[in-house]
Amino acid sequence: MRALLIGAAAAAVACAAQARTLSVMPGGDAQESIQTALLDAKPGDVVQIAPGRYELTDGLSLDVAGVTVKGAGPEATVLSFRGQKGSGEGLLITSNQVVVRDLAVEDAKGDGVKAKGSDQISFVNLRVEWTGGPNEHNGSYGVYPVSSTNVLIDKVTVKGASDAGIYVGQSKNIVVKNSTAAFNVAGIEIENSMNADVFDNVSTHNAGGILVFDLPGLPQMGGHSTRVFHNQVVQNDTPNFAPKGNIVAQVPTGTGVMVMANRDVHVFGNTIDGNQTAAVMLVAYTSDYADLSYDPLPRDISVHDNKIGRNGFAPAFPGGKELATLLGGSLPPVMWDGVTNYVRKGASAPEAARVRITDGPVLNLNLAKPGALLTARPEVKPSIEGGSWPEPAAVALPKGQAAL
Amino acid sequence: MRRLLAVLAALAFLGAAPAPAPVALDALMAPTPAPTLAAYRLFTDAAGRVPNAGLTPYALNTPLFSDYAEKQRYLYLPPGAKARYRPTGVLDLPVGATLVKVFAYPADFRRPNERVRLIETRLLIHRRSGWVALAYVWNDDQTEAVLKRAGARRGVDFLDLEGRPQHVDYRIPNANQCKQCHSLAGRLAPIGPKARNLNGPYAYAEGAENQLAHWTRLGLLEGAPAPASAPRTAVWDDAREPLAARARAYLDGNCAHCHNPKGEASNSGLFLDLEETRPSVQGLGKRPVAAGRASADLFFDIAPGDPDGSILTHRMASTEPGVMMPELGRSVVHREGLALVRAYIASLKK
Repeated sequence: MRALLIGAAAAAVACAAQARTLSVMPGGDAQESIQTALLDAKPGDVVQIAPGRYELTDGLSLDVAGVTVKGAGPEATVLSFRGQKGSGEGLLITSNQVVVRDLAVEDAKGDGVKAKGSDQISFVNLRVEWTGGPNEHNGSYGVYPVSSTNVLIDKVTVKGASDAGIYVGQSKNIVVKNSTAAFNVAGIEIENSMNADVFDNVSTHNAGGILVFDLPGLPQMGGHSTRVFHNQVVQNDTPNFAPKGNIVAQVPTGTGVMVMANRDVHVFGNTIDGNQTAAVMLVAYTSDYADLSYDPLPRDISVHDNKIGRNGFAPAFPGGKELATLLGGSLPPVMWDGVTNYVRKGASAPEAARVRITDGPVLNLNLAKPGALLTARPEVKPSIEGGSWPEPAAVALPKGQAAL
Repeated sequence: MRRLLAVLAALAFLGAAPAPAPVALDALMAPTPAPTLAAYRLFTDAAGRVPNAGLTPYALNTPLFSDYAEKQRYLYLPPGAKARYRPTGVLDLPVGATLVKVFAYPADFRRPNERVRLIETRLLIHRRSGWVALAYVWNDDQTEAVLKRAGARRGVDFLDLEGRPQHVDYRIPNANQCKQCHSLAGRLAPIGPKARNLNGPYAYAEGAENQLAHWTRLGLLEGAPAPASAPRTAVWDDAREPLAARARAYLDGNCAHCHNPKGEASNSGLFLDLEETRPSVQGLGKRPVAAGRASADLFFDIAPGDPDGSILTHRMASTEPGVMMPELGRSVVHREGLALVRAYIASLKK
């Protein structure tokens, strides 16, 4: 191992212009050998982690720009954090232009892989898993870029997260594709983010499939411009196992796609089937907030051309069962809280909340204000034509990243 | 042994022994860190306990808790260099300035000066390119400290102030973890030596004196007002000071290095620095964002009047990675700090 590293270093001296490969082999102190490689790497280098199982005792972290951390495949190179004693995540990235690919992160005590404040961060062909199955003591997020720009998540599988499997927070310019999220509380969540494309993913056996949220009290608010398309959002049937104080604890078991607050969200071309509460749910943020710039309504939301199967057959929110009985045994596939005349804090006029839903029938609860369930005047309509507006352009990532 | 040391010290004082070579500023400034602490000549003894000329010891009114480790801090400034006073944030320290922090445990905290085991000596060096953090780990014989960039763990056993045996699984941070706490807008920076946190007395060999006044008198600091006119952080464990001031000082010293608008936890929207004035941003009635499972079954970071209902105290009381806060630098609960913050939250109006 040490000889290899020295060999790599010598090679680097011989051709300094070329990127080096820092190889890590199993055996010895995995914590020290991987962390040392992550510290020694220079921009352009590859940290290559050979096939094997690596037992880590602490978090790992990378703070060098332009580095690729590469395993031999998500079944071959396994970083196990079962014995982790410290740190809030398995692997933490705090630098730009980083690629993490072809490896697995298992049983992290906190989050699996996190990137904070990173530009051009790519996660490719990863498996992040809590191997004991769904459990409230599992770590929170599987793949977790936050406060980042140009985010690529491709061919990633996340299982067992006690919050969201794939969670993108307070970021801009995001692509999540070809990935699978299963047995998490939330499969994929885009939160307080701008310009996200979420497509060709499978989200199944979570409590909620795909969430697009905007929350108050954060440095980046006003999430907008997300397209959710060509995904399989099917059989999200794992009972919500999040602790109560957690925002995703509010997601009813068996919710396909859920939009809370947020603006300019387009949900189309997805297959949404087997979700007991709803195929698509559009709701306002219902708790109090102090920030006057926050808008709690979902607005400019378009739901069209989805392949909607059997959903809403056992709604798992308070009053859902009674509502279903009232409506003949099950809920329509799309549910909207119907808040339109809400005057936001600090605003003088009501919000315009355009909604276009053509994948009806639609249950409109017609709530007087966010979360005011007692004011519900439920009505079912074949569709809601609240106008039309252009879809955001496809998210374009920088060249090198798009070619990964 | 003690007598021998006294004799040696006396000889040095009389000039009978050659004066030790000065601090190796060139080694501090070199782009490649030295493999051993001794190379910097920051201490005149191999055991790293006797500071060289140019090192000034200091203490903070309210420091970070680090698994009950005792910390001895020193400021080194190159000959003739001065720090500049700033009323907020860390003092403006010149290139070449080095902050030295020794982490140690006495075998028995009731006899803090006996059988003291050094664990690590950390350096924060201000190079032209920015600050650099290095951790040197002491060997079992206490004769040499070597650079450990990837971090390490050391088991430590001691008797606490009540004479109870305690064990900590002490974590020496890796170079990135140093930066996780010492991060300001993505760049490494010191945390401790803020004017307000230095504004208190220190028991120097020649007598007690306010640290800002002492540094000014020695020519190490310029631009500082009289201590009474400078801001001052409360002493967290001085019961004579107001409860809220002590608790806010504790949160500032233990949380705000990440929980500030430019820190590692900026995305949380929970800012615990003393400069923050908005109650909701300080956590009062604030709902968690990305706390995940660490929010447990609780709804607010700080539920005024209800310490048991506050996520902040729940996470301070945990030792489980992914739940506990701070994330780095502790493996046991700081009982006294937790008690202080609980009392503070209980005192807040519902």
